[in-house]
Amino acid sequence: MVTAEKKIQVQDLRLRYGPKEVIHGISFDVYRHEILGIIGPSQSGKSSLLRCINRTIEFTPGAKVSGAVKVDGEDVRQVKDVFELRRKIGMVAPLPVGLPLSIYDNVAFAPRAAGAHKRSELDGVVEKCLRQAALWDEVKDRLDSLGTKLSGGQQQRLTIARALSHRPEILCLDEFSIAIDPVTTMRIEDVLKELRGELTIILVTNLVQQARRLANRTMFLWNGEIVELDRNEVVFSDTPASRKTYDYVMGIFG
Amino acid sequence: MTLCMVLPLLAIVTYLLFKAWPALSLNFILKNPIHGMREGGLWSPFLGTIYLVVISLLVSAPIGVLAAVYLNEYAKENWFTRIIHLAVMNLAGVPSIVHALFGLGAFVLFAHLGRSVLAASLTLAIMTLPVIIASTKEALASVPRAFREACWNVGATRWQTIRNIVLPNSLSGILTGVILQVSRAAGETAPVMFTGVAFFRLVQEGNLVGYSLFKPCMALSMHLFTISTQVPGVRPEVLYGTAVVLLSSVLLVNALSIVLRVYFRSRKKW
Repeated sequence: MVTAEKKIQVQDLRLRYGPKEVIHGISFDVYRHEILGIIGPSQSGKSSLLRCINRTIEFTPGAKVSGAVKVDGEDVRQVKDVFELRRKIGMVAPLPVGLPLSIYDNVAFAPRAAGAHKRSELDGVVEKCLRQAALWDEVKDRLDSLGTKLSGGQQQRLTIARALSHRPEILCLDEFSIAIDPVTTMRIEDVLKELRGELTIILVTNLVQQARRLANRTMFLWNGEIVELDRNEVVFSDTPASRKTYDYVMGIFG
Repeated sequence: MTLCMVLPLLAIVTYLLFKAWPALSLNFILKNPIHGMREGGLWSPFLGTIYLVVISLLVSAPIGVLAAVYLNEYAKENWFTRIIHLAVMNLAGVPSIVHALFGLGAFVLFAHLGRSVLAASLTLAIMTLPVIIASTKEALASVPRAFREACWNVGATRWQTIRNIVLPNSLSGILTGVILQVSRAAGETAPVMFTGVAFFRLVQEGNLVGYSLFKPCMALSMHLFTISTQVPGVRPEVLYGTAVVLLSSVLLVNALSIVLRVYFRSRKKW
């Protein structure tokens, strides 16, 4: 199932905010078309890690990155067009963010930013992405109403639709279920299962069971270091390589 | 508490209106002062004030808004930008007479503009600029950072983010800040009296383009000062009438800003 092609390579990545180092030199690969789960308590550097991949970490004052993150073999800090890179990576934040635009414009925002303005083309993208995010049926009659006025769960699916709108090859989800109800969460999980095979997905989650349900491999990140990274069968077995992983997965600590 | 603030205002306005009543009519605004400014209307000073306010805001509003966009959206936090912040804050607190002296030195003398509408307007622009920067920055900062991050995540540039999300949603705050400076520019006497406002310099009644940019003009604030201290024997209703016209135009502009804010708030998008 897991092909050997490396979509993302992280090599000795270190991140410091001012004097405080939050990621202490981690290395791992993400394979093409797999779902990589990242679990770990808060403050363990999960979100910061994602921000290093699409370089939005640069918007945080005082953040200093060393080591390398390579997407398709190319160091992200040497890419010519950082906006191109970000379009290659769909990013879903923990809290749903509907932009203060209409539902249509929310999804059409990224294609427009990339220079697409033909209405027929945009119509197609908007419908496809909303369908992929399992939101189309609920909003198809009111695409002109404000994205910010949707419910939390709908906004989160809108965020996913927006993340898919620039045809990413990688989708990063950062604790997407933190602000939405279990039913919506299950719907989005179904969406992710469908997207597996088309996309490489990094799923950062606080819910251990979510990683267990969805991921091919799971990484346990703790205090900015990788405790364990292996196939799910190993990580969620009775005998993972690290005792700490076992305890965390079983809910004994963390 | 609110009553304590409103009562004095009402008292002042009522007193002024009462005293000014015999003079007030449309002609009071449309006619020029006559008989050595002791009688007649306010056409020239009224037009002059409009010139000064409009030109000064045409200069300070774009510069101020762009500066605030730079400071809030682009500038990195370092000693240089901290100094700029500090400078903006301090400039906003500088007394207007100091701005007047600066304008006299910089525009009238150094730039050889002479005492002119342009020099006075630029002085007013310098005076209003820091306040516009500060209020615009505040309006920009009120747009949640999460919106910006969502835009960056989908590959939008900083400018695309600013143009599509940040500016449209902070417009009400920006406009309110700018409009409030109208009243300040219209009311100040000191910055314009050395730099381009004359005691007495009439334009033809009804001629909207009577004043040249490079010549002095009259202004309401200065006119009020002149007729109340420098000219003996002015009829009191003319005096009070001038005050009423100045006050009510300022109130009108401020009311406009309130209407704008209410309108935008009703369309608030989150």
